[in-house]
Amino acid sequence: MTQARFFENALSDWMKGKGPDSDIVISSRIRIARNINPYPFPMLATNQQSKEVLDKISEVLEDEDLKTISRFTMLPLSGLNELQKQVLVEKHLISPALANESRNGAVILSDNESISIMVNEEDHLRIQCLLQGFQIKEAWDLANQIDDHFETKLDYAFDESRGYLTSCPTNVGTGIRASVMIHLPALVLTQQINRILSAITQVGLAVRGLYGEGSEAIGNLFQISNQITLGQSEEEIINNLYGVVRQIIEHERAARQKLMYETKAKIVDRVSRSYGILSYAAIIDSKEASQRLSDVRLGIDLGIIQNVSPTVLNELLVMTQPGFLQQYAGEKLSPEERDVRRAELIREKFRKVSAGGVA
Amino acid sequence: MICQECGKKPATLHFTKIVNGEKTEFHICETCAREKGEMIPGTPNSFSIHNLLSGLLDFEPSSSATLAQKPQMARCEHCGLTYAQFSKLGRFGCSSCYKHFADRLDPLFKRVHGSTTHTGKVPKRSGGMIKYKRELESLKKELLLRIEREEFEQAASLRDQIRELEKKVAEA
Repeated sequence: MTQARFFENALSDWMKGKGPDSDIVISSRIRIARNINPYPFPMLATNQQSKEVLDKISEVLEDEDLKTISRFTMLPLSGLNELQKQVLVEKHLISPALANESRNGAVILSDNESISIMVNEEDHLRIQCLLQGFQIKEAWDLANQIDDHFETKLDYAFDESRGYLTSCPTNVGTGIRASVMIHLPALVLTQQINRILSAITQVGLAVRGLYGEGSEAIGNLFQISNQITLGQSEEEIINNLYGVVRQIIEHERAARQKLMYETKAKIVDRVSRSYGILSYAAIIDSKEASQRLSDVRLGIDLGIIQNVSPTVLNELLVMTQPGFLQQYAGEKLSPEERDVRRAELIREKFRKVSAGGVA
Repeated sequence: MICQECGKKPATLHFTKIVNGEKTEFHICETCAREKGEMIPGTPNSFSIHNLLSGLLDFEPSSSATLAQKPQMARCEHCGLTYAQFSKLGRFGCSSCYKHFADRLDPLFKRVHGSTTHTGKVPKRSGGMIKYKRELESLKKELLLRIEREEFEQAASLRDQIRELEKKVAEA
């Protein structure tokens, strides 16, 4: 089965821990929502209609120009089991909504998993580009190119004054959601985070926890995205987000330096303890794992820990989620069993990559 | 503060829910919230953006003229979604809903986006048509003006231009 790698391998390109400003920005993502005339949106489409939409979209995949961007694999959701769907959600390749309730839903993945195109989610088409580090402009360029390819073959629902018409009024206009996942341990530690987050929401941006809508921030990871899609051009939206994130990066860097200057022993102690716990714990829940991994990540970025690569941390971020743990174990696990497996997995990874440990 | 449901545990969740314009405040503990299926972040029952929108959509314009038309009865002719359903679900049924509910959408878009008009990307195919359409409109306006002024020679030339453009549109 050629599609097996999408489920067994945790490492998508976005997790490699490289890219610009990767000490602070984990990944950059663009999502474009589009619909096709004259079909009702997926919520109201009949089985037949959503199947026609799926057929039309899969025809575009035969387009030679599109193939110059990447090779694509289409996975219909009906062909996947619950665990496989969960793994795709944990890798950020599909949304929980597509996994849960989709008629003729499908996901189209590029070989390196940087591009994932959802079909029949809330909208007929959702083109997503996910890149490592702070590359929001590059992600937009890529998503825009793919959008252009689809547009030459499909009749998009578009209105002169409202722009691209979407199922939810919050996406109408450009239909784009630009977001960056950002690690801000020093701003949390120095208690500046709330002030900064409330300032962000005042400039038309939203902040969420790691796993999207409704989830709390775990492991000091935040997702910052645009809220407004109507009345601003794509470039304005992206430049606005870019500028704000640029500033947050500088604040976080300054806070890290301040911490190292004023409370070095405390920071080294905190990082080292977390490193020790991850290296030796026999049971660990997901909340603690995320917090400890965040400490170790900070330790790597500050040069306190030298033998662990950020790639391993990003991989663990995904692999310690319930779906992945069960995939890895090859069986369904209770929460208690997962805590044991999680600890085992982290120990194993740490042992493999680190001979020395704390500098 | 103590949980208003069980009256025992401390309330850890505080939120305001607005249903049909009616505001209710909740102060409950996590256990009761879970039981009631209320907002626990990350659960399938979590309070979604659509619930929030629904609060915005129930907003009635105060003008009696609009109310007299029973706006809740408005229905999209293409997909059959009524305005009442739309305001409950917070989602459109198809692209035609935007036309059928057009007169009620500006306040909503103003609230959500602070704007009502798209200024971004235009698809090349239908975008080309938009360009022609805009050109046609301005030519037709000018034609009327020339006729009014009894400048028939220029009017005839404009008429020819309009025909040419309409042919282009029909072919595209």
